Amino acid sequence: MDIMELLRSLIELNLGEYLLSVGTATWIVDLIGVMTLATVCMILVIFLIWLERKVIARMQDRIGPNRVGGKYGLLQPVSDATKLLSKELITPAGADRIPYNLAPILIVVASLLTWAVIPVAPGVVGVDLNIGVFYILAISSVSVVTFLLAGWGSNNKYALLGAFRAVAQMVSYEVPMIVALLVPILLARSMSTVDIVEAQGIPFIIVVPLSALIFFISALAETGRTPFDLLEADSEIVAGFHIEYSGMKFAMFFLAEFLGTLFMSAFFVVIYLGGYRFFGLENLTIGHLHIGPLLGFIVFSTKVFLVYFVFIWIRATLPRVRVDQLLDFNWKFLVPLSLVLLLTVAVMDKLFLADANAVTKAAVLMVTNIVVGWVTIEILRWRDRDGETAVVPDVVDDAHEAVAAH
Amino acid sequence: MFEQVFFIFVAVVTLGFALIVVTNKNLFHAALALMGTFLGVAIIYVTLGAGFLAMAQLLVYIGAISILIIFAIMMTRHMMSAEEAAFNSQAGLSLFTAVAFFVLVAYVFISYWPTTPADAMLATMTPVDPAILENSVVALGQSFVSPNAYVLPFEVASVMLLAALVGSIFIAKPRLKEDEA
Repeated sequence: MDIMELLRSLIELNLGEYLLSVGTATWIVDLIGVMTLATVCMILVIFLIWLERKVIARMQDRIGPNRVGGKYGLLQPVSDATKLLSKELITPAGADRIPYNLAPILIVVASLLTWAVIPVAPGVVGVDLNIGVFYILAISSVSVVTFLLAGWGSNNKYALLGAFRAVAQMVSYEVPMIVALLVPILLARSMSTVDIVEAQGIPFIIVVPLSALIFFISALAETGRTPFDLLEADSEIVAGFHIEYSGMKFAMFFLAEFLGTLFMSAFFVVIYLGGYRFFGLENLTIGHLHIGPLLGFIVFSTKVFLVYFVFIWIRATLPRVRVDQLLDFNWKFLVPLSLVLLLTVAVMDKLFLADANAVTKAAVLMVTNIVVGWVTIEILRWRDRDGETAVVPDVVDDAHEAVAAH
Repeated sequence: MFEQVFFIFVAVVTLGFALIVVTNKNLFHAALALMGTFLGVAIIYVTLGAGFLAMAQLLVYIGAISILIIFAIMMTRHMMSAEEAAFNSQAGLSLFTAVAFFVLVAYVFISYWPTTPADAMLATMTPVDPAILENSVVALGQSFVSPNAYVLPFEVASVMLLAALVGSIFIAKPRLKEDEA
């Protein structure tokens, strides 16, 4: 009977409650939960590295890894990891030891901490904080510090330049990200990730598509992926802030990048795609078996990997932007647009749609979003035709002047 | 019991970091220790059940102010050989001010803090209603914009921040040359 109960709790995804009911101490259950979450995330990354290489290779008309682990090269990341583990850890001369060694640890810790508030299935969440989204933003703003630690500790000018770029980029793109996130928080009337998922009878990507788009672009920049991968632009600053790291310390930065991207996919799914919800599948009960949480988990994972695929797709497709384009795009386009959107949604929601039912509300908000986006594009087009925006930016002008003066 | 041990541990570590901030000769290390101090304060907020305040502390003090300080250090000093004298001529005066302030705070706490023994105090205390903790963010937000609470200080603070923003842009704006003006 006990075994049956154990199996049942495994299928219903409430192993924690089962363990508590047979008298396990709370802190042991907590520890098991933390270790499971952290380990699953790290193991997923091994698979994600393979996926990323393979998908990018296919998109660029190559074959990709195909030597290790059968026809599809599935074990390639394992051999990569083994190689990284066996490599020598070199500390550069003149490195500042404490920041240099602290940075790779802290960056992985910060990427793992954010997972605590992601609800992966109904009732399955590390901890349901009433400030969930704010917690995520605070932790990711702390992770910015690790770039400075790495860049400064390495005693290398490329590393320092890379760190400066990384911090400038991440601090800038945090602003439109937070403002865009305020829109779903406003609609859900809560900052808790679980409440936001529960509020999405209609997924927020349909209700406020513009906010989702702004968030997605900012998330691309926050994770430092193409087209915003200036912080490790190989052709300009060699590899950025982690140039002086070797072996497993380098692998930790790599791990944190993949964890961050996977996390941003999960965050996007939770905030805009309804998390584990899919037409009531998450509440399904067959016979006496409450199978909903398991189905919810499968739905959540599918959505996360779909979003992750879009991340890879963009990486394989777009070229890198320049620094001035990066900052102009953020401060002159994304930030004003997200502020206008937030005000529009707030006014519509409070003044005109206070008594409307869910479907009307969603439809009106969606139309508002599309109108705001369309007007923005029209304004940009109009300005461009008038020649008010610099088509040839100052940098190129300066270069021309320098050449002419020479 | 556990709370007290934990609090003493966090407090000692926080004060240790604070000591490093004022005594360390390397400005970058001092800035890092400052982050450690802020983190310690955030942890104390968490143990007090003030989650929002703790996260605001992380976001504002570590995520923004400390990074600004590090940038300022890197932009204005010889960054790789940042050996500064830890104390300057104002050290004595600062020490006096700090000690005087500490005496003032200690006097206020000793005079007005409930001086009943800890056990008797625990017996009379009522546990915090979980509903209040659950809705603390909503209550905070409403009290910021409620005319009966803090709407005036809130608006004054936002106007002041706006003024600071405009002022900093004005100062940082490149001056026009004579022929351009």
